[in-house]
Amino acid sequence: MTAILEVSGLTAGYGASPVLHGLDFDVPVGGVATILGANGAGKTTTLRAVSGLIRAAGEVRFAGERIDRLAAEDVARRGIAHVPDGRGTFVQLSVEENLRLGAYVRRDPAGVARDFERVFDLFPVLKERRRQQAGTLSGGEQQMLAISRALMLRPRLMLMDEPSFGLAPLVVREIFRIMRMVNREEGVAILLVEQNASLALDLASRAFLLETGRLVVGGSAADLKADDAVRRSYLGY
Amino acid sequence: MEAFLHQVLSGLATGSIYAIVALALVMIYQATHLVNFAQGEMAMFSTYLAWTMLDAGFPYWLAFAGTVALSFVLGVAIERIVIRPVEKAPVLAVVIVFIGLLVILNSVAGWIYTYTIKSFPSPFPDRTILGGYVSAHELGVMAVTMGVLALLFLFFRFTPLGLAMRAAAQNPVSSRLVGIRVGWMLALGWGLAAAIGAVAGMLVAPIVFLDPNMMAGILLYGFAAALLGGIDNPAGAVVGGLAVGVLENLSGAYLVGTELKLTVALVLIVGVLLVRPSGLFGRVVVSRV
Repeated sequence: MTAILEVSGLTAGYGASPVLHGLDFDVPVGGVATILGANGAGKTTTLRAVSGLIRAAGEVRFAGERIDRLAAEDVARRGIAHVPDGRGTFVQLSVEENLRLGAYVRRDPAGVARDFERVFDLFPVLKERRRQQAGTLSGGEQQMLAISRALMLRPRLMLMDEPSFGLAPLVVREIFRIMRMVNREEGVAILLVEQNASLALDLASRAFLLETGRLVVGGSAADLKADDAVRRSYLGY
Repeated sequence: MEAFLHQVLSGLATGSIYAIVALALVMIYQATHLVNFAQGEMAMFSTYLAWTMLDAGFPYWLAFAGTVALSFVLGVAIERIVIRPVEKAPVLAVVIVFIGLLVILNSVAGWIYTYTIKSFPSPFPDRTILGGYVSAHELGVMAVTMGVLALLFLFFRFTPLGLAMRAAAQNPVSSRLVGIRVGWMLALGWGLAAAIGAVAGMLVAPIVFLDPNMMAGILLYGFAAALLGGIDNPAGAVVGGLAVGVLENLSGAYLVGTELKLTVALVLIVGVLLVRPSGLFGRVVVSRV
């Protein structure tokens, strides 16, 4: 048992038009895997299919258990935290309420209280703004809140949808530093989809390249970095 | 002057009932952005349940609590059985289901209990207080309204379930991703609306008497109250209810007479929709396109 998430033959789409055509990939236990691809390749759809937001055909196993027929709320309850595209902030609620919602399914108040301290340590700005309406935060702060909300679930796997999207380079670096820390120190596995290939390949150990709904390359992140096609199309040198 | 004060106070009392009806409407509107046209008939049906319990010899407050609990369960059941299948249907289909529900509840109540008017007891003593300006029942109605509002505030503000219901109403997708069962939150909203409506029915029945059509006019005032206060804001709904009650009473006494009182509600609805569609305290939603 070396993979926390194993996906095979994943096919999904919206209505009658399929977006994904039989994807096979996996995320190692405590590891980071990344799916790279251009706009419209199907990255967001892949994460939505894994977390149960859209119906999918194929097999998805989480820690050995089939989860491909589960509703999104039950996938979350098994310890998969999906940080969606657009960050999914509850904009009318306070920062603190957003975090409390992240821990909604947990029944260990003491552990939740410790995790509040932990995310406030990771992102001190959230502590300053805990009473503030979440919709008034800047984009970077909302991304930090989204990651913190996911961490409040005490997930074993995080699905991250373009955490760098629309953010200033400094903020992006900070967010990736913290994702790396969470992964290294606490063993939370991460499945990251990104357009920013060089950042993603630095963080990940495994990488896959998605083109119009098909995985065209897969392997170690180092191999992908050295791959000529990847380098030219996604790394730009 | 005395007559005026009396009109205002009794307006506040009937306004309290409109406020509770408006609160019930807000419960469902918040979660679904739909106005439940069957809200009045649900309250009427609950009141008949209370009447049955009282008729069977239950003490008043036991019947009251039993009716609220039973109405909650029935509200949840209605959502699960009748509303859920049309959850993703166009708005008009849902509205038609609401109207169907209204007609069915009205007819079933008439069939079981007949259309004969029944008297319904008040739990409050039959006398006036505060120097004759207000009856004990009217004061009791106001107190119960404030109690319901306070309970709702505490529930939504301080309990995890209340927070989850607010979250599910605002952002269903993110709610599912943190493990909230959004479908059940909608059902809970219906249960709350039914329970709150039951309170309104039991409080108004001693004044208007119990019959299957007793809520028709009151629902209209409830709509006006909810719209005036802002249909997504519970506190606004209560302020709206009180305002509508006072306005109705004063215009009935000094302007249009009792026959045209209901018109006041309709004028108010049209006026609010024209001038300030989000109501006095409602959230103005701005969306970028």
